[in-house]
Amino acid sequence: MNAMTKTGVAALKLDDLRKNFGKSEIIRGIDLEIGDGERHAVIGPNGAGKSTLFNLITGRFPPTSGKVYLHGQDLAGKAPYEINRMGLSRSFQITNIFPKMTVFENVRCSLLWSEGYRYSFWNIVNRAQHLTEEADRILEQINLTERRELPAGVLSYAEQRALEIGITMAGGADVIMLDEPTAGMSHSETDYIVDLIRKVTEKKTLIMVEHDMGVVFGLADRISVLVYGEIIATGKPEEVRANARVQEAYLGAALEAEH
Amino acid sequence: MTDLTQKTAHVPPAVTLGNTLPWILSIAFLAIAPQIFSSNSAITIMNQMGITIVFALAYNMLLGQGGMLSFGHAVYMGVGGFACVHIMNMETFFSYLPLPFLPIFGGVVGMLLAVIVGSFSTRRAGTVFAMISLGVGELIAACSVIIVVFFGGEEGISGDRTYGMPFFGIEFLQHIEVYYLTAFWLLLSAFLMFMFSRTPVGRMANAVRDNPERAEFLGYSSRWVRFYSFVASGFFCGIAGGLFAINYEILTEENLNLATSGGILLMTFLGGAGFFFGPVIGAVVFILLQTVLGLQTDLWALYVGALFLATVMFFPGGFAGLLMMHVTPIRLGKMHVLYVPYLKTFIPGILAVLGICSVIEIVFHARHAPLGDEDMTIFWTTFNSHSIVAWIVAIAIAVIGVWLTKKAAPGLVEAWHEANTPDKGASA
Ligand SMILES: Nc1ncnc2c1ncn2[C@@H]1O[C@H](COP(=O)(O)OP(=O)(O)O)[C@@H](O)[C@H]1O
Ligand SMILES: [Mg+2]
Repeated sequence: MNAMTKTGVAALKLDDLRKNFGKSEIIRGIDLEIGDGERHAVIGPNGAGKSTLFNLITGRFPPTSGKVYLHGQDLAGKAPYEINRMGLSRSFQITNIFPKMTVFENVRCSLLWSEGYRYSFWNIVNRAQHLTEEADRILEQINLTERRELPAGVLSYAEQRALEIGITMAGGADVIMLDEPTAGMSHSETDYIVDLIRKVTEKKTLIMVEHDMGVVFGLADRISVLVYGEIIATGKPEEVRANARVQEAYLGAALEAEH
Repeated sequence: MTDLTQKTAHVPPAVTLGNTLPWILSIAFLAIAPQIFSSNSAITIMNQMGITIVFALAYNMLLGQGGMLSFGHAVYMGVGGFACVHIMNMETFFSYLPLPFLPIFGGVVGMLLAVIVGSFSTRRAGTVFAMISLGVGELIAACSVIIVVFFGGEEGISGDRTYGMPFFGIEFLQHIEVYYLTAFWLLLSAFLMFMFSRTPVGRMANAVRDNPERAEFLGYSSRWVRFYSFVASGFFCGIAGGLFAINYEILTEENLNLATSGGILLMTFLGGAGFFFGPVIGAVVFILLQTVLGLQTDLWALYVGALFLATVMFFPGGFAGLLMMHVTPIRLGKMHVLYVPYLKTFIPGILAVLGICSVIEIVFHARHAPLGDEDMTIFWTTFNSHSIVAWIVAIAIAVIGVWLTKKAAPGLVEAWHEANTPDKGASA
């Protein structure tokens, strides 16, 4: 394709991205540019391929064809940990934490690489006061200070979701991808998490999959609608809301379901 | 970034009574132990324990800390030990090397072997890792009869520790001198391994054990994390091998084979892989059973096997897990609830075990003792193993023991529940 160095300021650029599982085409040619500092929501019915799209971007699966650029850099062949080191961090739809470690340790481990500790075996983490302080600050933010010493596996579902977000944002990545962060949460929990997301993604690029239309229209600068592996519309919330195809394919039903 | 609150963080001080006391007690105990258990055989057993503890702790860097199940770990200790015996046999070099430094060479050799094997075995955890470890273990054990120069074939190779350079006048002719050398390396290795578990890579080993995929999305390559743990483990296994070489002055195929690898897995699990000190308990208990119980009965391995089975099935946390289960009742100040139910259950429980063991021993004696030798002795009682009375007594003890234990068990369960429930008004 074109010269891929310095493709511009796009935080994330997808170029005809495709993924097949066996014979079935799950992602069918996605082109998308997400600007630096943009809050972008991906919506679409279940099974549309939203999580698969996240997995392709973050290196969990290799794409069948097409390219992903992070800040203009081609991610082809990069492992998840390399992509993470380039400043991209994600959460998972199905909670993905370290169940036997304490809540505090979960967060502290998420800080280690970005704080420059790498594979060090000459530092004692307990001595690193700034690590402890930073981890505790994050625990405070995600409201889990009281659960600090418990094994993460015993937390309630909502608490584990909060921890999932804490782990994701801990490393200070500038592109954050959240896969259904509020799924299964109550109204008040959702409000709290949305506030939190808004705060911690200030000046960052956020890409999130979300089903709650209230959350989506309140938070997102732009929205992409994914249906059967294709983006049928991308634009500002009001544009997407007005889009006839979207109405037909998805939003109408979803908005009705809200009431 | 945002700051919701500016609370002071709970930063633990580097040195507290809680984190130094276990070490101080260990040093004190190791220092005076030879005064209490002063016989030659006791010191030999303690040396064996010390070596085994280092090995078990090193093994647990993989099993407990890193979630890697190795079936061939004897080779890292063994090869380190063989290297040390070879150094003992390099007359000139060894005459300039004070003996206490020898284990370092074992450590380095164990580590180098781990670098080589780890470069391909740590790519995956789980079954793949386990199978590779088994294959490599078998391969190297098989080499002992092929590469005779290094492994010495069937007889193994031997050396003489006393040819080393005297260390402040000590020539390590006496058991007790070797004891203190072993104790020193035991403490140092245990301390370093504990510290390793507190480093970033040590912490990430736990994370990778719990959830390797998530660790990858936090910037860490699970594979490299496993590799570093593997290499560190190889180093301390090699130290244990060096200590073995110093103690026994001979290494053979037995130091490499699967039985030894299985033994270390067994005792680590028995002691409790989930806690740093678990393997210490496991190694001590195992060696005690092997030596003390081994003197009493040929069937000791059967009992160890039964104990292992019981642990796997009922107390997967091992001895350490059993001990740590009591942290909650102690915190709640409710240990007293448990004393009576414990006595009520454990006394008949022990009776039941002894009864069952007696039945097994009597059967074994009646079937296998040389013809005409009908007298046997267990629990300081001598009797005729062919007499019906002995059978009846043993079976009766077993049955009554089991029955009483079963009767007391529900009470214990209830008490346990009660001891783990905070009193009204107190918060959990
Ligand atoms: N690893 C996989 N192997 C095979 N099929 C998969 C895999 N992951 C997802 N799929 C399929 O891809 C489709 C899209 O799934 P997903 O991306 O999870 O949808 P969404 O997140 O939009 O609900 C589904 O039909 C699912 O069965
Ligand atoms: Mg999904």
